[in-house]
Amino acid sequence: MSERQVEIEVLRYNPETGQEPHFQRYSVKCREEWVVLDALNHIKETIDPTLSYRWSCHMAVCGSCGMMVNGEPKLACKSFLRDYPGLIRVEPLRHFPVERDLVTVIDDFVAKLARVKPYLIPKGAPEAATGEYQQTPAQLKRYKQFTLCINCMLCYAACPEYGLIPKYIGPAAITLGHRWNEDSRDGGRAQRQEELAATEGVWECSFVGACSDVCPEHVDPAAAIQQVKIKSTIDWYTEHLMPWLNK
Amino acid sequence: MAEQVGRRPHVRPITSEWIFRHPRYLKYMVREFSCLFIGAWTLMLVCALGRLSEGPEAWARFLEGLKSPLIVAFHVVALAFAVYHSYTWFQLTPKALPLQVGEKFLPDGVISGAHFAAWAVLSAAILYFSGVL
Amino acid sequence: MARSNKPIVWGPFAAGGTLTAFVTPALILITLLAALGHAPDLLAYERLHALAGHWLVKVVLAGVVFLSLWSAAHRLRITCYDLGVRADTLVATVVYAVALAGTGGAVLYLARI
Repeated sequence: MSERQVEIEVLRYNPETGQEPHFQRYSVKCREEWVVLDALNHIKETIDPTLSYRWSCHMAVCGSCGMMVNGEPKLACKSFLRDYPGLIRVEPLRHFPVERDLVTVIDDFVAKLARVKPYLIPKGAPEAATGEYQQTPAQLKRYKQFTLCINCMLCYAACPEYGLIPKYIGPAAITLGHRWNEDSRDGGRAQRQEELAATEGVWECSFVGACSDVCPEHVDPAAAIQQVKIKSTIDWYTEHLMPWLNK
Repeated sequence: MAEQVGRRPHVRPITSEWIFRHPRYLKYMVREFSCLFIGAWTLMLVCALGRLSEGPEAWARFLEGLKSPLIVAFHVVALAFAVYHSYTWFQLTPKALPLQVGEKFLPDGVISGAHFAAWAVLSAAILYFSGVL
Repeated sequence: MARSNKPIVWGPFAAGGTLTAFVTPALILITLLAALGHAPDLLAYERLHALAGHWLVKVVLAGVVFLSLWSAAHRLRITCYDLGVRADTLVATVVYAVALAGTGGAVLYLARI
């Protein structure tokens, strides 16, 4: 296996010093088949142990290692050095406050996930439950794609509306809510609409589509958002123009 | 959150340069700008209705007034933007209106394709009816 | 969080976007030909005036004008925000007002035909 000398520029930030964020360049001897995460680990192990970043599975299922690689939101474990022939610039995921180096503050994201009630809300009274839920393959297929989210937040980094409007609940949260709404076992759509159909819900989305572009799991949050917009619009018009239909 | 020693999160400012960060954002902006030309052309349509309501002389003057290089240039640009709007709109339609048949979803291309076909047929009908074709 | 009334403006936007996607390019082509001095038969005064005199055509034309102007207005509002203009309420008022004014003008003119 061949090696390659790679120039990597990383945005450093240490809150305990008075310094503003600044780039630090490392020259790293890398193996050709490495990913950016391997390079970062090599830096931390052999050159600069103070470099801070999140990572875990190294196989694009945990969603921990999201960062900006040459300006694009990427998973560091899925960014192959061979795709970056020149200088590699690594920054913390955009649109999130920086805790330290490449570690971002993700409290806002986590809170938004919780707001869409991402759990099964049974239809009808619990007493009426008659054993296990049954679901056909077709019913599963209906929402399966939206279950694949690994909460990596690349979509939030890509979304210009989230950057411009921090209150926007964001692609992953909406997709998660939609995942449960489309689940045949679930009966909680009306409850979730309080968050999804709010101003800071789907209505801040202008269908840029960047979220779906950068999603490493091909969840297609943009599609989920538009589907929620249409359902919310139909809801609104039936509620206001045909009030006799309301329960 | 409780005050923890040494925490001083840094917030990076947002500027309009996000538009130039990747071609997809620029393409999005071009798509959005189509509204200026479609809107302007529609306002011209309103003016046309006004002249039409004023009688044959006013209408003839309106048609004459269209025959200027500036108006031609506007139309060419507006047509380009309008076509781009149509193209992007129909490409995105399957995302908003997925169709599950049995277990599978209809491929995006089928839904877009049906819209493009309908667009072609409708446009041909309009052009035929107006005497262009 | 409460459900927004955004659907009031988004519904017509989506309908208008779909409508303009289907018909506007062909219509622009018609007036382009007129601008080039080759006005199609439809634009002859007698024919167009007769067509626009029919009540159903008037309703359709008014609808086309409203949906086209509204969707353009809504998109322009979003674009202004994307470009950093923060005064959303002001922008919204202006763009929707223009759309409604244009529609009002169209209705007025159509009534006179």
